[in-house]
Amino acid sequence: MKNNEQVGKMFHMLLILLLFVMAVWLGYVVLHLRASPPGLNALVGTSLDTSGVSNPVTAVLLNFRGYDTLLEMGVLLLALLGVLSLGSASDSRETPPGLVLDFLSRLLVPVLILVSGYLLWAGAHAPGGAFQAGAVLGAAAVLLLLSGWHLGEQFSGLLLRAVLILGIGVFILAGIVLIIFSGNFLEYPQSLAGAMILMIETAAMLSIGVTLAALFQGIAPTGGQDK
Amino acid sequence: MNHMMLYALVGVGLFTIGLYALIVHAQLLRKILAINVMGSGVFLILVTLATRHQELLPDPVPHAMVITGIVVAASATALALALMLSLRAATGQDTLIEPSE
Repeated sequence: MKNNEQVGKMFHMLLILLLFVMAVWLGYVVLHLRASPPGLNALVGTSLDTSGVSNPVTAVLLNFRGYDTLLEMGVLLLALLGVLSLGSASDSRETPPGLVLDFLSRLLVPVLILVSGYLLWAGAHAPGGAFQAGAVLGAAAVLLLLSGWHLGEQFSGLLLRAVLILGIGVFILAGIVLIIFSGNFLEYPQSLAGAMILMIETAAMLSIGVTLAALFQGIAPTGGQDK
Repeated sequence: MNHMMLYALVGVGLFTIGLYALIVHAQLLRKILAINVMGSGVFLILVTLATRHQELLPDPVPHAMVITGIVVAASATALALALMLSLRAATGQDTLIEPSE
């Protein structure tokens, strides 16, 4: 027994040593990365005018690399399906929220919704965008759920499902419509690019916010055939 | 070499600490947290490397990748936590180690 303990301690020290060597090596690599490939900075800079937005990050996310964002919405939906398919194993107990939580959540949730709307709009020209706005919206929903709010029966069926797939649905629909008009998937015509990006981002924001809250709570849409 | 590189080194440190915790701890919740710490380190390195050229604006492509990565990491964490909870409900334990007795 004592021997085992000593061997375990030795392995622990060995692990720390190995990780230390790895950290030093990684640090050396990061500090000495070649600066010669200049990245895609110049390319993004020259095509920014045609993208419909003036914030380069949003242009990359929604225009130049729209596929990534489309598939990411798919990943989000898949993760939610995975969580929902496991069923709600948690046995949560509920206590009525205290006065402070009750008051603050009433005060904060409208502000959070306003902030997410601002972030969405600001994404076109400043740091912001659908993901940040969606995360704030999701946080507002989580705050509501934590302070004892429940999604009403009338919303938790078809409407919840519709909002969950709204983001990826609008994205795919826009892509298909653009195949018909411009010949390529997700290649926006320059005059409409700004409006289309805003439309896709709005749908994505709603979906992301609701999906994050649903991931948190494991809210399943009700009224399906399995129930 | 500039002050931004300090952030990259902090990222390397976070990655290493996360890897250590991932190896040492058997509880699944700690492992999930450790993977998140490792991911934060990677994101920090990516964001820092976008500013390697001080004369240019930061490269937006790594920034977009990090935003994508954060959302994917959050949803993967949620799925991992749900899997952990159902394992706990099914077997009553929070590690993957078989009980010896």
